[in-house]
Amino acid sequence: MFKIVRKKELAPDITQFDVEAPLIAKKALAGQFVVIRVHEDGERVPLTIASYDRDKGTITLVAMRVGKSTALLAELNQGDVILDLVGPLGEPSEIENYGKVVCVGGGVGIAPVLPIAKELKAAGCHVVSIIGAKTKDLLILEEEMQEASSELHICTDDGSKGYKGFVSGLLEDMLQKDIIDEKTSKTGFSKCWAIGPAIMMASVVQVTKKYDLDTIVSLNSIMVDGTGMCGACRVEVGGKTKFVCVDGPEFNGHEVNFDLLMSRQQIYCDHEGICYDMYQEECKCKK
Amino acid sequence: MAAKDESKKKVKKKKIPRTPMPQQDPKVRARNFKEVATGYTEEDALLEASRCLQCKNPKCIKGCPVEIDIKEFIKLITERKFEESLEKIREKNSLPAICGRVCPQEDQCEKECILGIKGEPVAIGRLERYVADREFQRLSDLDKECVYLDGNHKCTREKVAVIGSGPAGLTCAAELAKKGYRVTLFEALHKAGGVLVYGIPEFRLPKDIVQKEIDYLRSMDVDLKVNMVMGKILTIEELFKDGYKAVFISTGAGLPYFMGIPGENLNGVYSANEYLTRSNLMKAYKFPECDTPIMKGENVAVVGGGNVAMDSARTALRLGAKNVYLVYRRSEAEMPARNEEIEHAKEEGIILKVLNNPVEIIGKDGWADKLRVIKMKLGEPDDSGRRRPIPIEGSEYNIDVDVVIMAIGQGPNPLLTSTIPELKLNKWGNISADQETGRTSVKGVFAGGDIVTGAATVILAMGAGMKAAASMDEFLRTGEW
Repeated sequence: MFKIVRKKELAPDITQFDVEAPLIAKKALAGQFVVIRVHEDGERVPLTIASYDRDKGTITLVAMRVGKSTALLAELNQGDVILDLVGPLGEPSEIENYGKVVCVGGGVGIAPVLPIAKELKAAGCHVVSIIGAKTKDLLILEEEMQEASSELHICTDDGSKGYKGFVSGLLEDMLQKDIIDEKTSKTGFSKCWAIGPAIMMASVVQVTKKYDLDTIVSLNSIMVDGTGMCGACRVEVGGKTKFVCVDGPEFNGHEVNFDLLMSRQQIYCDHEGICYDMYQEECKCKK
Repeated sequence: MAAKDESKKKVKKKKIPRTPMPQQDPKVRARNFKEVATGYTEEDALLEASRCLQCKNPKCIKGCPVEIDIKEFIKLITERKFEESLEKIREKNSLPAICGRVCPQEDQCEKECILGIKGEPVAIGRLERYVADREFQRLSDLDKECVYLDGNHKCTREKVAVIGSGPAGLTCAAELAKKGYRVTLFEALHKAGGVLVYGIPEFRLPKDIVQKEIDYLRSMDVDLKVNMVMGKILTIEELFKDGYKAVFISTGAGLPYFMGIPGENLNGVYSANEYLTRSNLMKAYKFPECDTPIMKGENVAVVGGGNVAMDSARTALRLGAKNVYLVYRRSEAEMPARNEEIEHAKEEGIILKVLNNPVEIIGKDGWADKLRVIKMKLGEPDDSGRRRPIPIEGSEYNIDVDVVIMAIGQGPNPLLTSTIPELKLNKWGNISADQETGRTSVKGVFAGGDIVTGAATVILAMGAGMKAAASMDEFLRTGEW
């Protein structure tokens, strides 16, 4: 049982939880994730670690309400407990001083970008961050990202804040202005991290390929155990099958088969719909 | 005169046929997840126990990897001393209700039974299950739990760690606790039991039975910690720093193999591990009552011929599949699954496609649509002693499918072993450990079960857990490595 010590609504349907998990907090590194389960008949849900506090013994999780499991999580309050929490899982981000880097976070993907930006900056990188959301009300962790980055750029799809358009559009403008080698289109950036919905990561990778910019993406595939036992999370990277849970979650974005990732993310769409509808009916009945 | 009487008695005993196991009708059970074999009645058990010759030199005991005093526990049944009979089994076996169900007795104790030479051996496994179930039932009727030494057992000796709570880990933990060591049992999943809870289906091993056996172990003062992925949250080094004096690694065979054929990443293609974990551990067969989903499939192909393949095929049937094919590259005779499982599967309507090997999974809109297979013939025996399957050129054909389950074996999961650089592994990644003592290349670290042997049986893993516990005790007493 893992106690929620703080709950914060970051945006409509996006909630942040600080959870007491001293052993995980002690070991967690940027890029890693946990698997949670909120009730006895519940699913195992992977969530990226958004932050950790080794002194307080807490980790921070950010979840968007998309189905029954995340809805149940969102209903938990400060003082409540998460039934099961296991981690830290996956390989951590490779942090070192790369010089100038760009960190791109889209939607709820801003949460996992945050610790990476923080650690890159601490390692001496010049961290340029781009964060984006559909509209300004859905933009999360702006202040924290400001602090974690050397420069912060904001975009919204509807233009309600910052650049109007997708993060990939703003990134392309930025890279175009930063070309240092006309022949190869190489820019002053030495590395890019991009985390968000699969479609966003796919478009970022399309842009960075043009500028020959190494790009790390963190994949959010379906998982069960999260320890390499089942292979539900398998993806194709560089033509080879990899397990996101143990080989990832971060991979070279230029080698990821995003079509396969997106197709496999849809496997249980109908099931999830049934489950969520039933849950919402139940909620109505209770009210 | 007395000797003559004795021999007459024996002759008479041989005439009683082996008592059949009551079972659910195949047509009915193929559509439910309730246990296939419903278990002996008291009458059945007494009759079957009476068949035992009580040999002076009982060979059955030598056939048992944990050397249960089979002769004695059966004798106690004939005397209607059921509780004492269970105690006799528990001297050597901490998981009798489980072993009575899933041990391959036909290759072990029952294979050695004298009655088996001319007729059928005593149904030792069924009797073992009977006494264990009877005791659970008796206590449950009294609204009580099965508790070791009335709950008065307290462990006070050195701290030891057992990593992985499958059959090997559970047995090792129980044996060490009985000796008074303070055991912490670490489990990566949210529930203890390892393959007993994520792998073996409800209809073969009910999960409340597993839970009762685990509760019994916990009553031995074993500290169970779930949600602990060792190597990630704690390393072996940290365990030793934290005061643990010995460690037993029993992390099992938890890495699914795929064939490496085109189309294996299509939607609807599962590893048996995933399929069974969803259905068993996560209870996806109860979806949407339980939240974890599973693709039910109308036409399901299971690739493989072992017990895991049988479990997957029979699970698919129970989830509602119209056709379930078992695709195996050799013939039925070479299937590694227990005969009983193959027979059960066939009775339930599983369609065997033997001497067939998949070459490709053909997709439609991202989903598995057809399994392309090539027919095989058998050639000369290979290293395993089984006849080598050879593809027949040009014999490919397609099987309509919407779900394909790969049950071609599991390897050792490197998550923990990769964090112990000094630990010697073999070329497949299994831990190199002494078969008798479980000792590894690292002082104080023991290993046993599938992580050492590769995927094998529950009872072999239990045997390894038992031997390792004895050897750990010796190490802790003498300090000698």
